[in-house]
Amino acid sequence: MSAADGTGADDTAAIRVSDVTVHYGEVLALDRATLSIQPGRVCGLVGMNGSGKSTLFKVILGALSPDSGTVSIHGRSPAVARKAGLVGYVPQSEAVDWAFPLSVRDVVMMGRYGRMGFTRRPKRADHDAVDRALDRVELTELADRQIGQLSGGQKKRAFVARGIAQEATVLLLDEPFAGVDKRSEATITRLLRELADAGSTVLVSTHDLHTLPSLADEAILLMRRVLMHGHPSAVLAPDALALAFGLDVLNRNDAA
Amino acid sequence: MNPLDFLLEPLSYDFMLRALATTVIAAVVCAVLSCWLVLIGWSLMGDAVSHAVLPGVVLAHIVGAPFALGAVVFGFLAVGLIGVVRDTSRVKEDAAIGIVFTTLFALGLVLISVTPAQTDLNHIIFGNLLGVSWADLLQIAILGVVTFGILVVKRRDFTLYAFDPTHAHAIGLNPRLLGAALLGLLALTAVVALQAVGVILVVAMLIIPGATAYLLTNRFGRMLVIAPAISAGCAVTGLYLSYYLDTASGGMVVLTQGVVFALVYLFSPSHGLISSRVAARRRARAAASAARIEGAQV
Repeated sequence: MSAADGTGADDTAAIRVSDVTVHYGEVLALDRATLSIQPGRVCGLVGMNGSGKSTLFKVILGALSPDSGTVSIHGRSPAVARKAGLVGYVPQSEAVDWAFPLSVRDVVMMGRYGRMGFTRRPKRADHDAVDRALDRVELTELADRQIGQLSGGQKKRAFVARGIAQEATVLLLDEPFAGVDKRSEATITRLLRELADAGSTVLVSTHDLHTLPSLADEAILLMRRVLMHGHPSAVLAPDALALAFGLDVLNRNDAA
Repeated sequence: MNPLDFLLEPLSYDFMLRALATTVIAAVVCAVLSCWLVLIGWSLMGDAVSHAVLPGVVLAHIVGAPFALGAVVFGFLAVGLIGVVRDTSRVKEDAAIGIVFTTLFALGLVLISVTPAQTDLNHIIFGNLLGVSWADLLQIAILGVVTFGILVVKRRDFTLYAFDPTHAHAIGLNPRLLGAALLGLLALTAVVALQAVGVILVVAMLIIPGATAYLLTNRFGRMLVIAPAISAGCAVTGLYLSYYLDTASGGMVVLTQGVVFALVYLFSPSHGLISSRVAARRRARAAASAARIEGAQV
């Protein structure tokens, strides 16, 4: 069990979060959260609003430094992993300015910026990578549309394509199924599965519990700390959900 | 008077040539920067920084340092103070901006009032396009070229920063640095435009061209061409109008930009008020007639 205690030099985990604690002022957002996800897995991240899902993403992206604890991506520090372009991010819909005057192709090309020179002038290899990524998510025909002119599911796929063009091996998706119809949801689920089968690691935050069994190999139940990490069916068991969505409040009262 | 004379007569005066060069440089640099400002939502920040550079420029004048240096220092000071007031008190951002830039602007006014060469500095507030010297023009040209060059060379990074700073961070870029660079360029741009239209009207040149171009295209690359083209056109038109109508030149330039914005707002083929109303009516009529046809078939 040396790989699981986080000290192993031969760290095989794609994402490892060890004892991470984050405060926003007085508010405790993450409480000694510990988890590790192996490469090639699709992992669902489940929890209520305010359970720390977005904070956990920020910590993995390195956009937020934890008060204590460590994060590693493929055994490397988040800063090194970012420089290597390993981490791709698909933002929540509300976080994007959909009226921004960029085409789908422009957005996907932004996945390549970390691999380009000083002026970010795209080379042949960059154009090829973008074309392949667009083809992969089946948006080639819509590539010159302004991003706001896509449907909800197509918008998500455009950002997944950005991660593919980036050659990210770890993909973080923040609530990708919000405002997405059933068919697009199935398309995205299939796409994420294919990426994982090809060796990528996918972490998907969702409060949409019914998508979990078809989507994920494993699931994490988060309530500031990791309450449970296992098979989706175990996480979806009534006892477990009560722990995350209800019972925990009582626990806290007991503790206080 | 034939049309050619109409265009050439003002240019027979040296001061008009200098004014034309100054206003075109200022218009182009401001317009390029404005494309990012309107998309990030930094219009108010542009207003704040362009006013807050005043004490920096006056102090630079007093100690004989370059205006650009004083402007950049006070530009960053303003942004820093706004951040401090916003983050460490219950005052919201718009109020923090309002407090900081007006206070710094007032400091500038007070400094001007105690500085011997008052007339010179009053021109900073209202602009003095017709009084630009060759030395002034040289400084403006150098600053303008440097600012324009950096904006154009790093345009893709700035656009990424404006669109998705989290992604910029995720691929190993430094969004804070990019934001700070834009603010520094904003301060430099304010210096370029001071002489043309004055501190008070700089903000117009920092917002109107970008907003106008935004109503005309869905491509950022085109915005970066349309905005400076419109802005330069307005600058020249405004200057000629001020010459023949004998009105304030800085005011006339901004007034022209405002009028062009209004026209685009109304008549832009893609995002104009009138064309979208017409399109909506046409859709409604098409839907109604389709429903009629369906009804007739049933």
